[in-house]
Amino acid sequence: MSGAAAGAGAGAGVVVAAGGGAAGRWRQRVRYYAPAVIVFVGAIVAWELIVSALNLQKFILPKPTAIVAALNENLTSSRFNLLASAQATLVEALGGLAIGTVAGVAVAFATARWATARGVLLPLAIAANAVPIIAFAPILNNWFGLENPLSKMVMAAVLVFFPVMANVTRGLVQVDPAALELMRASAATEWQVLRKVRIPNALPYFFTAMKLATTLSLIGAIVAEYFGGASLVLGRVIVQSSSALRFDVTWAAILLAAATGIVFYLAIVAIERIVIPWHASMRATEGT
Amino acid sequence: MTGTEQQPIVRLSAVDKVFGRGGQPATTALQGIDLEIRRGEFVSLIGPSGCGKSTLLRVIGDLVPATRGDVVVNGKPAAMARRDRDYGIVFQAPVLFEWRSVEDNVKLPLEILGRPPAERAKRAREMLQLVELADFTRHYPYQLSGGMQQRVAIARALSIEPALLLMDEPFGALDEMTRERMNSEVLRIWERTGTTIVFVTHSIPEAVFLSSRVVVMSARPGRITKVIDIDLPRPRDLETRESRRYFELVTDVREALRAGGGLEGDDADGGAGGGIASEERTLAEGAVG
Repeated sequence: MSGAAAGAGAGAGVVVAAGGGAAGRWRQRVRYYAPAVIVFVGAIVAWELIVSALNLQKFILPKPTAIVAALNENLTSSRFNLLASAQATLVEALGGLAIGTVAGVAVAFATARWATARGVLLPLAIAANAVPIIAFAPILNNWFGLENPLSKMVMAAVLVFFPVMANVTRGLVQVDPAALELMRASAATEWQVLRKVRIPNALPYFFTAMKLATTLSLIGAIVAEYFGGASLVLGRVIVQSSSALRFDVTWAAILLAAATGIVFYLAIVAIERIVIPWHASMRATEGT
Repeated sequence: MTGTEQQPIVRLSAVDKVFGRGGQPATTALQGIDLEIRRGEFVSLIGPSGCGKSTLLRVIGDLVPATRGDVVVNGKPAAMARRDRDYGIVFQAPVLFEWRSVEDNVKLPLEILGRPPAERAKRAREMLQLVELADFTRHYPYQLSGGMQQRVAIARALSIEPALLLMDEPFGALDEMTRERMNSEVLRIWERTGTTIVFVTHSIPEAVFLSSRVVVMSARPGRITKVIDIDLPRPRDLETRESRRYFELVTDVREALRAGGGLEGDDADGGAGGGIASEERTLAEGAVG
């Protein structure tokens, strides 16, 4: 999409920040996002109309308007209290994200630094990653306490750990050999190589992992909640409302979970733009 | 002090480099290399691909260790010279860090040395002026053309004021017009800074135009077959490229390469052959202008 703009810029040799101004940029952005927005709105409208036309029962598929109404009714009041539930789940997901990220980054540094650690940990990590970790949720609930948010955090953390560790390790290890030769020619210490080459090189890998991890942390928290826990969390609301055949509330909870996931993801993208504006992926989205 | 001034900046005696020890069939990349480079010289290493000219440069820079023989740089063993940052290096690729601005890329070796920020900024400014990129300090590498990126790499190598500048086919990836401009540029920098330059190339015209001496190498194993003094007057410019003496020297180098087997076989097309073609292009341009 941005190919034309980027190509023209590169061809000129020196890319002076493309003109056009803020107004032009906005127009470009609207033109880029308009088709997606139209399709999305169209799908919602079609959903509403089809459910009405086929006269589908509420417990099979509620209308979008009914879902929004349920969201509105149960946002703060009623036994489902969606807002408080979403908050509790978000705390679990964030906690898990933090624990998993810190652990993943720490192990990545160890594996990148010591070849023996790499030999032991990477195959183990890859093998562990092939296991459907989510199946351990009941066991984690048992270990850390059904009502304790920590059991959900640990589930989320375990899911987050592997992509973070694998990506950051790759970013720390897969460095341009010429850059290492340059550092050697400058008689740089190992520590300087790490700080000035390996860590900046790993940042784009890290953000790729974080975008995956935000979604994984929410999945981990919600699925762990399915197996029991405090009642005011999204996973419990989904289970209880569906067993009570209040599918409009179930859908409202899913809607909230989706919105949380999207906000989560966008937050990472925003941080990424600030931290690594130099990266090619950032430049590619610049004009779009 | 006069002692240091007289002593050659690079002295290689009986240097061999053998790759692939321990089970694998060994490849002799360099054999019996004897070479002295005086302070302030501009020496080019030329030869067909696979003749070990880049390896020789890396042996001088202690980026690969010599298997046998003595490598003395700036009066000390090569490893110590590297640790003392006695040389700067420019590779074929610019090797700029994409996360650093032009200015910060130039500052890198000074940061590694632990120089204070004010000095780093001052040196970076001076070096970017020297390579005529003073207006691009805040730019990022991707915003520059290939030639400009290579000039940043040169500024970075010179930022620590090294006694020796090693250049490994620095303009090999550039188009012919840019390469000629960069040739004049590098001569101007050499004359301004007084740094000794060791320059690896496979372009005959480039070697002759730039150098005080051209070291001709042959492949398998990599040996020095001839050293040719380039007695063209300085400063050198477009007229140099059109002078009779220049053509004689180009012929000398070409014949030395051929005698060493450098212009035969498949290596010649990619290596020295490209140099001849580009030289003819230079001639044509000269005739028009």
